[in-house]
Amino acid sequence: MFNLLSSDVFQKALLGGTVAAVMAGVVGYFLVLRAQAFAAESFMDICFAGATGASLLGQSPLVGMIVFSLFSALSLGALGERARGRSVEIGMVLSFALGLGVLFLSLYTRSSASHSNAGVSILFGSILSVQPADIYRMLACGSVALLALAVVYRPLLFASIDPSSARARGVPVRALSIVFLLVLALAAAACTFVLGVLLASALLIAPAAAAMKLTTRPSRSLLLSAAIGLFITWVGLLVSFVGPWHHPPVGFSISALAGVVFGAAAIRGRRGRPRRIQPVDLDREVRGSGGSR
Amino acid sequence: MLEILRLPFIVHALLTASFAAVVAAVGGYFLVSRGLTFAGHALPNIGFAGAAGAVLLGIEPVFGLFAFTIGAGVVVGILGKDIRERDVSIGVVMTFALGLGLLFLSLYSGYAQRVYGILFGNILGISARAVVATGAAGVLILAVLAFLYRPLLFSTFDPPAAEARGVPVKLLSVLFMGVIAVTISLSIQVMGALLVFTLLVGPAATATRLVKGSCAAIFVSVGLGLAFVWFGVFLAAANGRLPVSFFIASLSFLVYLPVRLLSPMGREAA
Repeated sequence: MFNLLSSDVFQKALLGGTVAAVMAGVVGYFLVLRAQAFAAESFMDICFAGATGASLLGQSPLVGMIVFSLFSALSLGALGERARGRSVEIGMVLSFALGLGVLFLSLYTRSSASHSNAGVSILFGSILSVQPADIYRMLACGSVALLALAVVYRPLLFASIDPSSARARGVPVRALSIVFLLVLALAAAACTFVLGVLLASALLIAPAAAAMKLTTRPSRSLLLSAAIGLFITWVGLLVSFVGPWHHPPVGFSISALAGVVFGAAAIRGRRGRPRRIQPVDLDREVRGSGGSR
Repeated sequence: MLEILRLPFIVHALLTASFAAVVAAVGGYFLVSRGLTFAGHALPNIGFAGAAGAVLLGIEPVFGLFAFTIGAGVVVGILGKDIRERDVSIGVVMTFALGLGLLFLSLYSGYAQRVYGILFGNILGISARAVVATGAAGVLILAVLAFLYRPLLFSTFDPPAAEARGVPVKLLSVLFMGVIAVTISLSIQVMGALLVFTLLVGPAATATRLVKGSCAAIFVSVGLGLAFVWFGVFLAAANGRLPVSFFIASLSFLVYLPVRLLSPMGREAA
């Protein structure tokens, strides 16, 4: 056990995974609340183009992911108030991004024989080959994202739960939506870097969705979501490093745990709990009449 | 330009791509109209896990594709209409399946080659037998869709009214997802799991913005789909270096963009 903690690869994976999980848990809560799962999915695919493009230019894939997803967050924000109901537009951008990614990847893998597995690590994550520089970048992204969310927490919650009355009360719904997309872009880039284009939603969507099945109080589900994210990341890493069944890939352990936790929460959440946020909670959290715990 | 038509693998590629494009354009029209774009993105990825599992067991990947996409399609069909719940559940199931796919591939020793074949498609390596199989399955799908055409249209655009008139909405939705699953399995050989979505959604999304009326939209969608794959295959063959799926995805986006920006229509389809 202690051997494991002194292993360099495990330390870096643990650090990188922890940063991504906390960020994803918190951002994911708003993501699920705002029904933007598909937008998040498109950021991951856009990250594919970013990562392969950056590799082609000799940069860290993480940098390409951050640049591409921030850019697409801006364009998605310019498209409309909320990405809800825009699934066709999102889909078209996503398919173009994937096409670009395939192009970059084919150029990159052809440029040298040692690059032939680059695609696999971009698609399924590079948690076991995280570099210290990437951890600093992820920490920077994470701090910016969490700070931004802390600043806009109340109005964003209000605007996410009840956009029309938020607008009536003078909350800048449109600007908040763009701020949120930018934060989401940072979180998507971090998760995609750690878990890969195909598996990132195990951290970004599943923990938040599970938490929201278990509790309706916003602050409580936010914390629970981050806790579930950390739990599946840590246990997933442990299972892959020391578990039986000859070391399954980390991506598999984490996404399987995410699926199991979500399934369990869905079954438990069925038992007569209110699944929508109650007006009482909204009052308590947003308008501050009952204090925010 | 025309002499490349003498190469058998180009002919196979063009034929298979045409079958896939026609079927995907027709199915995609309903998919887009039913607001199931996300499912169109998730099913191929789930199918990837099935194909990887089949490779591991030593059977043809296409059987794994069928099993997983049809299973997932039926589940999506059963899931309710509430988009918030549905998208999240689809996302979680997809991630779980992809994780499984990764596990299967790590257990299988001939790793990277097979992953690339399934994820990115292998259009220039299609055998004559596969062309015939794709054609037959394509005809079957079109026949089923033609048979279901009216009730499917009704339940797509006005589910409550269809339900009130006794149309089996739930059953249709499950059947439809089954058809889409087969369509996706066919198209994966052309575009690969990552980009099948382009064939499904691109032509249909453009067509619903161009013309009113379902029948016209379906025909325009088929025409666009065929044009995209033919130009894509020709450009890739002429260029010789860049992947076909890149050309098809870019063409479809470059046609969609001006149509989306200039067309006043399509609000009702969004």
